[in-house]
Amino acid sequence: MSLPPALPGIDARLLELGEELRAEGLAIGTSELLDAFAALEEIDWTERERFQSALAATLAKSPEGRRVFDLVFERFFFRAVEAAALREGVTERGGSREDDGRNGLDGSQLDLDELRAAIAQAMADFDEARLRDLARLAIAAFGRPDEASSGVVGVDVQRIRRALGLRSDPQPQFDPEDPRREGLGREALRHFEMLLRQELERAQIERTQTLAPARPLGDLDRALPSGPTADLAAVHRVVAQLRRRLATRGSELRGQRRHDHIDMRRTMRGSLQTGGVPVVIKQRPRRPRRPELYVLCDVSTSVTSASVFFLSVLHALHDSFRRMRSFVFIERVSEVTDVFAHERAFKAVSEAIAGEAGVADVSGYTDYGRVWSEFRVLVEDDLDPRATLIVLGDARTNGRDPRAAEFAALTARARRAFWLNPEPRLYWNYGDSVIAAYAPFCEVFECWTTRQLEDFVRSLTASAAA
Amino acid sequence: MDALPASVDELTDGLRAAGYLPGSSTALVAYLAIRLGKPVLVEGPAGVGKTELAKALASCLGRELVRLQCYEGLDEAKALYEWNYRKQLLRIQAEADGASWSEVQDDIFGKEFLLARPLLSAISASSPVVLLIDEIDKTDQEFEAMLLEVLSDFQITIPELGRIEAISQPVVVLTSNNSRELTEALKRRCLYLWLDYPTLEHELEIVRLHAPELAETVARKLVGVIGMVRELDLKKPPSIAEAIDWARALLLLGARDIDEDTFAQTMSVIVKHRTDLEVVAARVGIALAPATPAQ
Repeated sequence: MSLPPALPGIDARLLELGEELRAEGLAIGTSELLDAFAALEEIDWTERERFQSALAATLAKSPEGRRVFDLVFERFFFRAVEAAALREGVTERGGSREDDGRNGLDGSQLDLDELRAAIAQAMADFDEARLRDLARLAIAAFGRPDEASSGVVGVDVQRIRRALGLRSDPQPQFDPEDPRREGLGREALRHFEMLLRQELERAQIERTQTLAPARPLGDLDRALPSGPTADLAAVHRVVAQLRRRLATRGSELRGQRRHDHIDMRRTMRGSLQTGGVPVVIKQRPRRPRRPELYVLCDVSTSVTSASVFFLSVLHALHDSFRRMRSFVFIERVSEVTDVFAHERAFKAVSEAIAGEAGVADVSGYTDYGRVWSEFRVLVEDDLDPRATLIVLGDARTNGRDPRAAEFAALTARARRAFWLNPEPRLYWNYGDSVIAAYAPFCEVFECWTTRQLEDFVRSLTASAAA
Repeated sequence: MDALPASVDELTDGLRAAGYLPGSSTALVAYLAIRLGKPVLVEGPAGVGKTELAKALASCLGRELVRLQCYEGLDEAKALYEWNYRKQLLRIQAEADGASWSEVQDDIFGKEFLLARPLLSAISASSPVVLLIDEIDKTDQEFEAMLLEVLSDFQITIPELGRIEAISQPVVVLTSNNSRELTEALKRRCLYLWLDYPTLEHELEIVRLHAPELAETVARKLVGVIGMVRELDLKKPPSIAEAIDWARALLLLGARDIDEDTFAQTMSVIVKHRTDLEVVAARVGIALAPATPAQ
């Protein structure tokens, strides 16, 4: 978005907002934008919340879309206001910087304990406007840009939060009425951090008189609020959708290229009717291949956060593929196909795996090398050349020998091999991660969000049908 | 209130009077739906009042509610219209002699022989109605595609009769439990409203509205416990309706406080799965334990 030649008027702003939402992956057509304009004609714009809700109802049409919308809305209008302020040359202190000490925003005159309590109270009350004011006070108190500031907004936000003593865990030293005693809500904390960030950015823009380019939303911002149970539900929902997609997708491909191979024998037989001239060419019907899956899942502590995700993936895969064998491993490998066959509930499955599998024998650290050899012994005779092998793990060997040759031998026997790594690509091959050693023998996917999982399954089914 | 509401606040008051406490965006989206004449798609977990919203809208607008409950295998014959086959047959038999084929054909494909199903009766009603299409996610995509004509143009095409256009424009509410992704085409035609579990204060207000005799302290505690239970990983988290049921149950029992015993006795009102019962008893029961010796 270039600053100076911005078109005037709210219409242009809304179209720009639509553009930004599209850039973040929301499907916004002209009809949605028309709806948005129509909706805005029906309400008054004096309340920010209504304005935002009206736009959201017409533009964002899924829970995830709504979340992205809120983030982009926040970012867009913050930037729009700042851009306008820059153009007009408006500054926070009304253009004059002399009255610095008298405008109440000076940190030295504040009672810090009072400020801490006031912020905690406002958070507990969800008082948006008050929080915004308090965020500015807090910055005035702790975040003087010229003194302790690190220059990096994210670092400053955390420093101020710590200085304010805002924590989500209970702090029993406070009075019973004080919301801090029970611990502050995570959402509220995050919201306050966002306000701090905005105020800091505002100050930075004012100092430097430039607007930094918009930062695209990261996957982490975009992801729905986590909390293990919420995550689990999300995974299950996506996987349930995947299952449906898997089913329809297979048939789609089958329909499109039903006849690929000529059935010589039937063609020749048919040609007898026409005196040996093959007038009608008979084709061999394509049989959809049933992928035979071998799934190995790392359940060690280094992937704790991901293993719930992976187990639910495993759980869902079991529903979709009948011919599938699953294994979990830490130090040793153990087959859990039966567990999945008997238990339908996810909870029961994870408990059974934690209890019975007996995969952490000595140290509880992953030993990939040993796992490969054991796994090879286990499945040596069954692993047929049409099978697909999927490994779910972070490839952190805790310094032990990766034995990539063993893995190579395994993958050579299978038709295809995939590796799903729950770490962001950035962390691969740092520390004891040896994913590079295995990468030549399999297709490695980064997989820590449901969206990436979807991408993976899409490529899996696409290639299985090809 | 027969006229359309003139402002969001007016609609909010109307809904409140109908016994439904809307969140701010709920009222706003409902208002937009009425003003813009667009269907509104309401999604959210089970039991947050999606269906109730449609009922409350109908009652506060003073309109009749036409409800189409969706289920797997729902087809046009049950949603749109059906020819009254028996009546047609009778007609043919009654006129067996004398009448020519074309006369009979004109006769038996008349409006008289049409059985209107919810969608057709909604758009051909003489005074505007509220049309509730409940749990649209239970149907298949073909049915959704069929709905598109109804939802965007408010018309239905019957091959034998031609196009039937809406006499009055209904307010359409579609609900979905988000058990499957709806098609883009359908979403495009709708306003979108995501209803989630209400905030503590909001739910407290709702419970107090439906069980006004319950003491405020008990109600507050009840809402807190419900919130706690929802945090757990349950098969079926308690809905608002269950919170209200629980409040009424406590009233009947004359409970003055929610302690471990009352909770154990009445827990089955809010938790409906055996495995869930165990989880809730273990986690929430313990959290409530300190309340017992105080009595």
